[in-house]
Amino acid sequence: MRQRRRTWQTLLTTTALVTAAAVSLTACGGSAQEPKAAANAAAAFEGKGPINYVSSRDASGAAQKSIDEWNAAHPDEKVTFIELPDSADQQRQQLIQNAQIKSDTFSVLNLDVVWNSEFAANKWVLPLPEDAIPAADMIPATVNAAKYRDTLYGAPYYTDGALFYYRTDLLKAAGVAAPPKTWDEMKSACEKVLALPEAKGMSCYAGQFDKNEGLTVNFSEAVASAGGSIVDAEGKPTVNTAEARQGLSQLVDGFKDGLFPSDAITYLEEQGRRAFQDGKVVFLRNWPFLYSSLSATDGSSSVAGKFDITSIPGTNGPGVSTLGGRNLAVSPFTQNKATALEFIKFFTGQEQAQKRLALSSRAPAYAALYEDPAVVAKRPFFPTLLESLTNAQPRPKVVQYGATTKAIQEEAYAALTGAKDTDTALKDMQAKLEEITAK
Amino acid sequence: MAAMLLSPTLLVLALVIVYPLISAVHQSLFSAESGLDADGFVTEGEAFVGLANYADLFVGESGRRFLNAFSNTTFFTVTTVLLETVLGLCLALAMNRAFRGRAFLRASILVPWAVPTAVSGLLWRWIFQSDGIANSLLGSEILWTAEGTASKLAVIIAEVWKTAPFIGLLVLAGMQIIPEEVYEAAKIDGAGWWRQLGSITLPLVKPTLLVAVLFRMLDALRMFDLPFVLIGPGKESVETLSMLAWDESNQLRYGSASAFAVVLFLYVAVVAIVFVKVLGADVTGTKKLGIKRKANRSQKAEATR
Repeated sequence: MRQRRRTWQTLLTTTALVTAAAVSLTACGGSAQEPKAAANAAAAFEGKGPINYVSSRDASGAAQKSIDEWNAAHPDEKVTFIELPDSADQQRQQLIQNAQIKSDTFSVLNLDVVWNSEFAANKWVLPLPEDAIPAADMIPATVNAAKYRDTLYGAPYYTDGALFYYRTDLLKAAGVAAPPKTWDEMKSACEKVLALPEAKGMSCYAGQFDKNEGLTVNFSEAVASAGGSIVDAEGKPTVNTAEARQGLSQLVDGFKDGLFPSDAITYLEEQGRRAFQDGKVVFLRNWPFLYSSLSATDGSSSVAGKFDITSIPGTNGPGVSTLGGRNLAVSPFTQNKATALEFIKFFTGQEQAQKRLALSSRAPAYAALYEDPAVVAKRPFFPTLLESLTNAQPRPKVVQYGATTKAIQEEAYAALTGAKDTDTALKDMQAKLEEITAK
Repeated sequence: MAAMLLSPTLLVLALVIVYPLISAVHQSLFSAESGLDADGFVTEGEAFVGLANYADLFVGESGRRFLNAFSNTTFFTVTTVLLETVLGLCLALAMNRAFRGRAFLRASILVPWAVPTAVSGLLWRWIFQSDGIANSLLGSEILWTAEGTASKLAVIIAEVWKTAPFIGLLVLAGMQIIPEEVYEAAKIDGAGWWRQLGSITLPLVKPTLLVAVLFRMLDALRMFDLPFVLIGPGKESVETLSMLAWDESNQLRYGSASAFAVVLFLYVAVVAIVFVKVLGADVTGTKKLGIKRKANRSQKAEATR
């Protein structure tokens, strides 16, 4: 009896240890991936009934208001809002898992523009008919970002582009008449500004340079603004070029010459905002969402009324912004595809986009809304943003976007920190991207 | 009888532990082979690749990343557990004294342990950012969250801050069951504080301490959320095996992700077994029971005689 009890205890001990150890495994073990059935390319949108709209959180409540309006008019085709986690990685993972098990729970998907190619190539979203969106009224870059190999897969919901924030008070004091249009103009403007006594200890410029999606954005903009590209129209990588070298060199030299604050290598969007707001930098590349907090007059911002915005500077003229934002797409596994398509048309239509502007500051895809005086009065940065968006380029449109952005971040970061020289970093980046796109 | 009573437990364990384990091992033998067809659609199938995912752990770019993550994991485990043990012991010794406000100290020491790791990662991120408290206190301009040695140090500091109380409290529990008489006897024999510590406290607290250290080691080997939140994903200086497995599965490469996870599992299992066998950590209290049983039996024998 005693012998037996001992055996059980040993077994229990082992099981307990295995349990502790296996938590790591259960957390990371992958779900089985099955070869997917071929989705019909010319999908028929059939079936009416209730659907689910799967999206990131919308704190403004504007999206819910549009949905309520739809539900009131379509009592038999009700739309339910399913909220996903805040982190974009987790959103993508849940959407992919849902597609891999072909669940019909998710009907209309809210996709980041950079996921469009991946979801389209894997047939996780349906191609949309051309008349699903009024493409002529939309900013061309947003429509382009929703296409994969010339087929439309998403309806632009909202968009985002880079803005160049600058200190009007310092520029005026230094006698710089107009904000810089090119990188060289920015450098010479900085020389004059930093010579001022009130600009003591300031640096010239900051962007987002931490190893993060922000670095991919800043690198893409630097390369595109120098006339280069990361991948060409066929999706082949093109970073081993003179233009890409010039773009990356600008950033590398920025750190070397002290144009950027030395801690800018740890900057995400938020740290950059603080640096600008605390008067550490003269120029800042960032997104439009900063505008309201920077111009707050309640004393929280020391630069309120002392800054303005323009397009980001390029090599020989205005720079090229990358494009952010979200598209709506239809899952091929949902039952009620006709309702899903109708809902997308309704939700991304100009009327609803205009109504949402009352609550939400997200930039609409419709160019006309940026010139509406009532809108501009509330959001003074809209005309500049439209300029930036008209000129914008999407980030690399590749199927393996996750691996691509990681390779870009790794090599660009190595160049910025001086771990690799610019040429080696770009050569390695090209090799890595070629390997990724060859798969 | 025992088997009958335990069978529901074993069934649950089989479902939540054994099945995922076998499934992960199975998955690690496959590789997703994807390509694009002429229209740009992904053609995909899974190919059986045998142990190729494991062989890849040692060659080329993925081999470099694996070895880096492996050495990071080991380095963090050794340094943090060592520091935590020393600090935890000191905390326990301090808390074991009778003094005013002892209850308050005990409660406050638990706070770091009670904070969720992701939240404490954010807290330390603020402390360690370039214009944060750490730099202004030290008067330095260290970039703690950038790639480099400083980021390793940041992770170690935050991890030790968070988990030393765990060891401290477990050891304290162990100290409190040491009878006061033993110390009194030692005092009468003229043993000083150090002698008491070395000859009474440490040997008697050793079983508890070993279990605490074992738990911490198993935890530290699976470290994921702290470096992920504090320094960020993809930073090689602090990338651990769990982060690597997460990254691979995030890229939809489930085969190699499973291989990383299986290797991590084996590593953790080996460490646990070695710890139990060599140092004799008494995880279930079996040994103490054995002693008691022996004592009971001899008592019974006395009674029947």
